[in-house]
Amino acid sequence: MSIVDTIRAGNEPEQGLKPRSELTARELLREVGSVLRMSEAEAAKLGDVPVDPAEDQTMIINMGPQHPSTHGVLRLMLELRGEEVLRCKPIIGYLHTGMEKTGEHLTYMQGGTNVTRMDYVSPLNNELVFSMATEKLLGIDGDIPERAVWMRMLLSELNRMSSHLLFLATNGMDIGAVSMMIYGWREREEVLRFFQKVTGLRMNHNFIRPGGVAADLPAGWRDDVLRLLDMIPPRLDEYDVLMTGQPIWRERLQGVGVITAQEAIALAATGPILRSTGTAWDLRRDMPYLHYPDVEFDVIVGSYGDAFDRYAIRLNEVRESMKIVRQILDLMPGGDYRIQDKKVTPPPRARIDESMEALIHHFKIFTEGFKVPEGEVYVAIESPRGEIGCYIASDGSATPYRMHVRAPSFVNVQCMPHMLRGGLIADAVAVISSVDPVLGEVDR
Amino acid sequence: MHGCPLSDSRGQTVLHPSRDQYLGAVRALLDDGYEMCVDLTATDYLLMPDRATPDGVVAERFEVVVNLLSLTARQRIRLRVQVPADDCSIESLFDLHPGTEAMEREVFDMFGIIFTNHPDLTRILMPEDWEGHPLRKDYDRGAIPVQFSGDFGARS
Repeated sequence: MSIVDTIRAGNEPEQGLKPRSELTARELLREVGSVLRMSEAEAAKLGDVPVDPAEDQTMIINMGPQHPSTHGVLRLMLELRGEEVLRCKPIIGYLHTGMEKTGEHLTYMQGGTNVTRMDYVSPLNNELVFSMATEKLLGIDGDIPERAVWMRMLLSELNRMSSHLLFLATNGMDIGAVSMMIYGWREREEVLRFFQKVTGLRMNHNFIRPGGVAADLPAGWRDDVLRLLDMIPPRLDEYDVLMTGQPIWRERLQGVGVITAQEAIALAATGPILRSTGTAWDLRRDMPYLHYPDVEFDVIVGSYGDAFDRYAIRLNEVRESMKIVRQILDLMPGGDYRIQDKKVTPPPRARIDESMEALIHHFKIFTEGFKVPEGEVYVAIESPRGEIGCYIASDGSATPYRMHVRAPSFVNVQCMPHMLRGGLIADAVAVISSVDPVLGEVDR
Repeated sequence: MHGCPLSDSRGQTVLHPSRDQYLGAVRALLDDGYEMCVDLTATDYLLMPDRATPDGVVAERFEVVVNLLSLTARQRIRLRVQVPADDCSIESLFDLHPGTEAMEREVFDMFGIIFTNHPDLTRILMPEDWEGHPLRKDYDRGAIPVQFSGDFGARS
């Protein structure tokens, strides 16, 4: 009976990891060529694996979804032979909240609050890609004021820094450099403090909106950024002392979780995972958006595709982001921070007090939203975790007909079985950490 | 291109293969250098039966949307394949782009589109005993009554 008939008959198959001995050669071959080969119900049945001592060479165990090193509610089903990981299947969905469905019921104005909660570690990148997709549908993507574009870049790069600092913290903790956790969170908090000053919130800002940004930069922002730029580099050098040069750190990461460029491309892995294999692919440079062509920065590339390369890439990307932020400080123009298109921009607060029309306009734009012409569009930018894309299909109304976010973590999680294959169970923690998945984005 | 109608959506290239041409078109594009299948998703056009499609493409209820990327040419191309509601299945891209494994499972989970020849077509985000496919347009989003603290009115 084919899969089509089975499903039509109402018998949906259950996901799971069969012991390798039960796989056919063809299944095994396809699996090696790919990913995500495990499932939930199988996990529940793990108790009744045959206990024939001759057969009991391998063991299927669950790691997660509550394991502290799985970065949230990721569950890995691992088939083990002793300490060796034979196969692995990530099981996701524990944090699924139907955000794409929700997105179909929120106007384009409200959509930012929804998407910003997907990748909660780099919320501004989510808002940016959603806003850019909406603007492309509206046909105003070329008319965004200069200051808004540069502000978006500034926030996006600072967000990349805070996201990578969080990675350094959790990566350190997972490998056993527990003090690194405190240092990483401490530096990240400094960046978040700046976000709080600019957007009012530490996370989930809904600050970058279709048409520009929500507010202008506050007075004294330049000093705050300069303070960050002065404070973080010496701390990064401390990380180098604490981790990069340490023999234990290198032993734990070098040669662990290796993936080749070919595999990474086949699995559509992007971001630091793809770059760690030596493929210099960064959307900021290769398919530029905003004003990235106007700033100087290097694309950090690894050579071995292992966990150490991914660590080193992220550490150095913090430095590159600071380089970009420093240039943005010089290049930040004056002017408006949002487009003066009456259709998408609410009237200024002062006008509401004196003009009935402005009040009505303000009310309408926030209750009904603005209509977006029919069409569909896919826009992608480089988030700290890889390519984040937003696919919006519009039916001409004020809410997206379909809003899909291509989440880099969701796709990158598929690399884990390949990185873990043949490795040791102790390295699994290092590999999960080096993929840096954000489960809010994986499950959406 | 490759025997399929081309269209332009806000400056982005969109290819409209039929279901029969789908696998061949992706393979030909792979040979053309579109080596990465960045994204695979679907749309349920239940409420837009009369939407505009290029000549030679009959609008069906579902559309599978595939975004391909060429790293060398730095170009993207999008494929939109019409999938009828009464035969809701399409070939899997797994053997060409193994990275679509999770994406196809997500589309199956959310839309009920069956990917034939997929190695492990199971629900990925929803619980396994879930009924229905949430992103279909005839699937209501539902609501849970919220009880606020301090709300002392009797509810039962």
